[in-house]
Amino acid sequence: MEQIIANGIYLGAQYAMIALGLTLIFALMNVLNFAHGQMYVLGGFVTYTIYGQLGLPYVVALLASCVTLAVLGALIEKFLFGPVIRRSSREESTMLLAAGLAFLLDAVILLLFGEKQRGVPKIVDGVLNWDFRIIMPYDRILICLLAILSIVAFISFMQFTKTGRALRALAQDRVAAQLMGVNVERYSMIGFALGAMLAGLVGGLLVTITGINLGMGGPTSIKAFMMVMIGGAGVISGAIAGGIILGFMEAIGLAVLSQYGDITYLLIFVSLMIFLAIRPQGLMGKPWG
Amino acid sequence: MTQSLKMLINAVIFLVVLFVAVPVLIAASGRTDFYFTLTSVALLSIASAGVWLMFYIGRINIGQGAFALIGAYVSAILVTKAGMSFWLTLPLAGLFAALVGVLIGVPILRLKGVYFAMISLVLTQVVSLTALALPITNGAKGITSIPLPDELSVLGVTLIPDFATLENSRLAFYYTACILMVLTFAAMYRLVNSRLGHICRSMQQNEELAASIGINIAYVRVIVFAISSFFGGIGGAMFGSIAQSVYPSTFVVTDSVNFMLNCFLGGLGYVFGPMLGTLVLYFGWDLMFELGRFQLLVYSSVLIMLMLVLPNGLLSLKLPRFAGAGK
Repeated sequence: MEQIIANGIYLGAQYAMIALGLTLIFALMNVLNFAHGQMYVLGGFVTYTIYGQLGLPYVVALLASCVTLAVLGALIEKFLFGPVIRRSSREESTMLLAAGLAFLLDAVILLLFGEKQRGVPKIVDGVLNWDFRIIMPYDRILICLLAILSIVAFISFMQFTKTGRALRALAQDRVAAQLMGVNVERYSMIGFALGAMLAGLVGGLLVTITGINLGMGGPTSIKAFMMVMIGGAGVISGAIAGGIILGFMEAIGLAVLSQYGDITYLLIFVSLMIFLAIRPQGLMGKPWG
Repeated sequence: MTQSLKMLINAVIFLVVLFVAVPVLIAASGRTDFYFTLTSVALLSIASAGVWLMFYIGRINIGQGAFALIGAYVSAILVTKAGMSFWLTLPLAGLFAALVGVLIGVPILRLKGVYFAMISLVLTQVVSLTALALPITNGAKGITSIPLPDELSVLGVTLIPDFATLENSRLAFYYTACILMVLTFAAMYRLVNSRLGHICRSMQQNEELAASIGINIAYVRVIVFAISSFFGGIGGAMFGSIAQSVYPSTFVVTDSVNFMLNCFLGGLGYVFGPMLGTLVLYFGWDLMFELGRFQLLVYSSVLIMLMLVLPNGLLSLKLPRFAGAGK
C-alpha cells in the first residue's frame, strides 16, 4: 500500500509537469500542441548529449535542455503559429500545423540522435529501503522532489511576477488583456516558450530514470491530453490534479491488475470516457472550453 | 452552359480518368505497384470523408482510426470465423462501426472543440487496446491469411467474380475501391446539398442558434457521427481485405491524425477536399521514399510550408475544375 502511494506521487509529479506545459500553451493560444511529446523527447536528448556524452554536470545539462526548448518554442510561436492563427479562416488549422510540427521534430530527432534507446549514468546511487514497505531508488526520489519544486516555482512565477500576471490575463481574455495594455504578441511568445521549456525540463529530468527514445513522443502527448482532459483544458490547477490522478491510477492499476494482463490503460481510457460523458469540462475547467 | 451541365461534364471526365485512363496508363508504363497505392488512396479517402463530415458539423474527429479498425476486425472475424462472404461483411462492418459510433456518440458528442478532439484521439487508443485484450481478435498476433473476396452472384448471375481466380486481383481491387470511393463522395455531395447538409452547416456556425429555431441538434449530431463511422468501417474493412490481415496496429493514432490532415490539406470547405488531400499526402509520402532518411524531414517541412502558404487547404486555390464543385 505504501509502495503504491509512493509510486503514485512519483508518477503524478512527473506527469503533472508534462500536462502543465500543454495546458499553458492551450490556455494562451487555444492551440492543441500535438508536438508536446516530441518536445519532451528533444529535451531528454539534449540532456543525454550534454550529461551523458560530454560528461558535463547534470545541472548544466538540465539548464541547457530548458534553454534549448524555450528558444525553440519562441521561434515556433513567432514564425509558425502566430502567422497561421492570424491568416487562417478556421482556428482548427493550427492542429494541422501542430501535427506537422510533431512529424518535423520526430524527423530532426531521428537525424540527430537515431532511433536507439539512450540512457545516461545515474545521478545518485543507492536505494531507499524502508522496512520493505517502500523501496525506491534515491535518484527517483530526487527527480520527484525536483519535479515538485519546479511545479511550485512555476505556480509562484505565474502568481507573483508581472509576466505571470500578464500571461494569466491573456489566458482569461485575450481582447481585454490587449485593451489593458498587455503586449499580446510578446507574451504569447513568452508563454509558448515557457510551455516548451516545461516539456524540455521534464524530458531532462526523466532521461535519468527511463532513458529516452524516438518513439516516446506520441504516447507522451496522448497521456498529456488525458491529464488535461481530466483536470479541464487550459486550467493550471486542473493539469496538476489530472497529472496526479493519472499517476495514481497507473500506480494502482499496475499493482492490482497486473495479473490480468495489460488492461490498466484500457480501464483508464474507458473510465475517462465515462467521466467526461458526465462532466465534459473536466474537474476544474470552464464549461464548453 | 449551366452550372449543373458543367458539373456533369466534370464528373464524367473524372470517372473516365479514374476507370479508363489510369488503368491504361499503368498498363502502358508497367508500374503495376501504383495499383496498390491508388487503391489505398481511394480507401483512405473514404475514411477521410467521414472525418470531413464531422468537420462539417464543427467537430474535430481524430478517432476515425478506431472505426476503421472496428470495421476491419468485424469483416475479418466474420469472414474467417463465420465463413461469411466478404461482400456481405462489408456493409455489416460499416453498420457495426455506425452502431458503435451511435453508442459512443450519444454521451461524447455533447463535447465541443478541443474536448471532442482529445476524447476522439483517446478513442483510437481504446479500440487498439481492446483488440489487444479480447480473445476473439487474437490479441497482438492479429487475424492473418484472410481469404480474398469471393464470388458475389444474384439469381445465378455473377456480379463480382471470385478475386482468387482472377489473374490480376490488383486491378479488381482498384476498381472496387474506386467504385466505393465514387459512391461515398456522391453520397457526401448529395448529403451536403440536402436539407440535412444545410442544417449541418448551420450547426457548424452556431449550435445554440440552430437549436433555437427548432432543430434537434443532438439527433443530427448522432446521425452525422454514425454516417462518419460507417465510412470509417467500410474503408477499414476493405483495407483489411486487401492486406489480408488485421492487427491492433493496423490503424493507430497516427492514422487517425492523418485522416484529419487529409481533410485539412484538401480544404475543409470543399466536399472533394479529403479525396485530393489523401492523394497528395499519400502520394507525396510515397514519392519521397527516394529521399531515404530525409523522407520525414522533407515531408513534414512541406506540410508546414503548405500550411503557412495555404492555411485554408489546397482547394482554396480555386482550380477551375473544382471551383463549381465545392461548397
